[in-house]
Amino acid sequence: MTEQEERGRRASGMSDKLAARHFSAYFGQLRAIHDVNLTFPANVVTAIIGPSGCGKSTLVRCLNRMHEVVPGARTEGEVLLDGEDIYAPEIDPVQVRRRIGMVFQKPTPFPTMSIEDNVSAGLRLNGAALKRPERDRIVERSLRQAALWEEVKDRLRRPGASLSGGQQQRLCVARALAVEPEVLLMDEPCSALDPISTARIEELLFELKARYTIVLVTHNMQQAARTADLTAFLYGGDLIEFGNTRQIFTTPARRETEDYITGRFG
Amino acid sequence: MEGAGTVGRRQARGTVGIFLTALCAGAVAAILLLILGYVIREGGGALSFAFLTQLPHPVGVPGGGVANGIVGSAIIVGLAALMAVPIGALTAVYLTFFGCGFFAVTVRFLSDVLSGIPSIAIGLFAYTILVAPLHHFSAFSASFAFAVLMLPVIISTAEAAINGVSREIYEGGLALGLSRYSAIVHVVLPSARSGIITGVVLAVARVTGETAPLLFTAFGSQFWELNPNNPMAELSLQVFTYAISPYRSWHEQAWGGALILIVVVLLLNLGARMALRPARRG
Repeated sequence: MTEQEERGRRASGMSDKLAARHFSAYFGQLRAIHDVNLTFPANVVTAIIGPSGCGKSTLVRCLNRMHEVVPGARTEGEVLLDGEDIYAPEIDPVQVRRRIGMVFQKPTPFPTMSIEDNVSAGLRLNGAALKRPERDRIVERSLRQAALWEEVKDRLRRPGASLSGGQQQRLCVARALAVEPEVLLMDEPCSALDPISTARIEELLFELKARYTIVLVTHNMQQAARTADLTAFLYGGDLIEFGNTRQIFTTPARRETEDYITGRFG
Repeated sequence: MEGAGTVGRRQARGTVGIFLTALCAGAVAAILLLILGYVIREGGGALSFAFLTQLPHPVGVPGGGVANGIVGSAIIVGLAALMAVPIGALTAVYLTFFGCGFFAVTVRFLSDVLSGIPSIAIGLFAYTILVAPLHHFSAFSASFAFAVLMLPVIISTAEAAINGVSREIYEGGLALGLSRYSAIVHVVLPSARSGIITGVVLAVARVTGETAPLLFTAFGSQFWELNPNNPMAELSLQVFTYAISPYRSWHEQAWGGALILIVVVLLLNLGARMALRPARRG
């Protein structure tokens, strides 16, 4: 275990939920992530920051095996979920993604489905034979967790696409929560949203971390500073620094980190 | 700073340019309207309830209709769609989701080439592999030829429709823990539905107006024929036969048949446009 990781671990005082070990990711010949070691403790918001193209989205997509969906993409190294390598040959990526949910940069409600069908999609389409009352209960619970219930409870049968951008993103959060994942990956979830919607998502992070392990990719340093307990700085595919958010933003150990957070590049 | 003369010249050139493009657009519209008007004038008189519901009469017997041709067209095109739609849609799914590399590029290229092959060559192909070995003409062999003609249209429109559904939607499904099958069948394809249906309708419209492949496959018939294993009447084939005949009454019926064909194809195209509209909004 590296010194950096040790520092992150001490800062959180929590058990490790997810960890990348000597992890590299490629697009064809191009190496986008270079030998990263990173630990995500349970019930903590960990932010991944860095300039555009530094590999932060690629890294987070590797954590639930979404990276390999892109043609030509491959990985090396391990990602441990509760100590078990999700890249082990006997592991089915579909099972991994049920335990590690994801919210994308652009809200992606399924266009042909109503609000409630969007929320229950993960369960219904995975073949769970849900009775109506149970489905309604899950839909309500998930929408409440995503702080969207009060706004949509009277129009659950309306199309998901009829909501505003911020509401659509919270619908996607609700959809991800409905399958009861253990980890929630959020890949720049606010970059397409206005400031008010952004604030709602950030408030949501505080509520959700009580139950989930959260990894937040953001290009917005203020957002990382506001919401994350731990922060990892990625640059050129390398993990430069990882530690307590306050420490990263006030007394960074590495020169590159300081240059980035003070706006000297990126 | 440009002088007033330069500005004036540039504006004049612009005006001339706009005028020329408008002239060409107007000419195209005029040609289409002229054809439609001429067909209505020549064939409108032939249209009647009897024309749509009766069998052809022998030469010299007045009246008669093209009912068997209309039904035959529906059977032949319907069978062709039954063959081409599943194959075309599945090919498009393969090309968009799993096709990367040499095989997919080749398939796409061949599909594009196929769309440019003259329909009479495809008719000859159907004749060679279905009519000649079985020693008889059949509606089924015509459907086969039509299916080959429809395939490239269906593949390219379905591929465009599936690509039009953003990749994020597909990944959103996968991220929920859906299998690829589930994400494609339950999330992506429903979202691409109107685009795919549009492609099918356009493909149907395309073959409905085809005559050449029918000459040596469906062959035509003067009688009621519902068995696809037998030669069958088809509307555009009837138009062809009537038009090259020496009989005046048949000429009028050829125009009438042509009018029906134009109206059907026009309605199919209009329908496809209507179906496409909500897809653009979403």
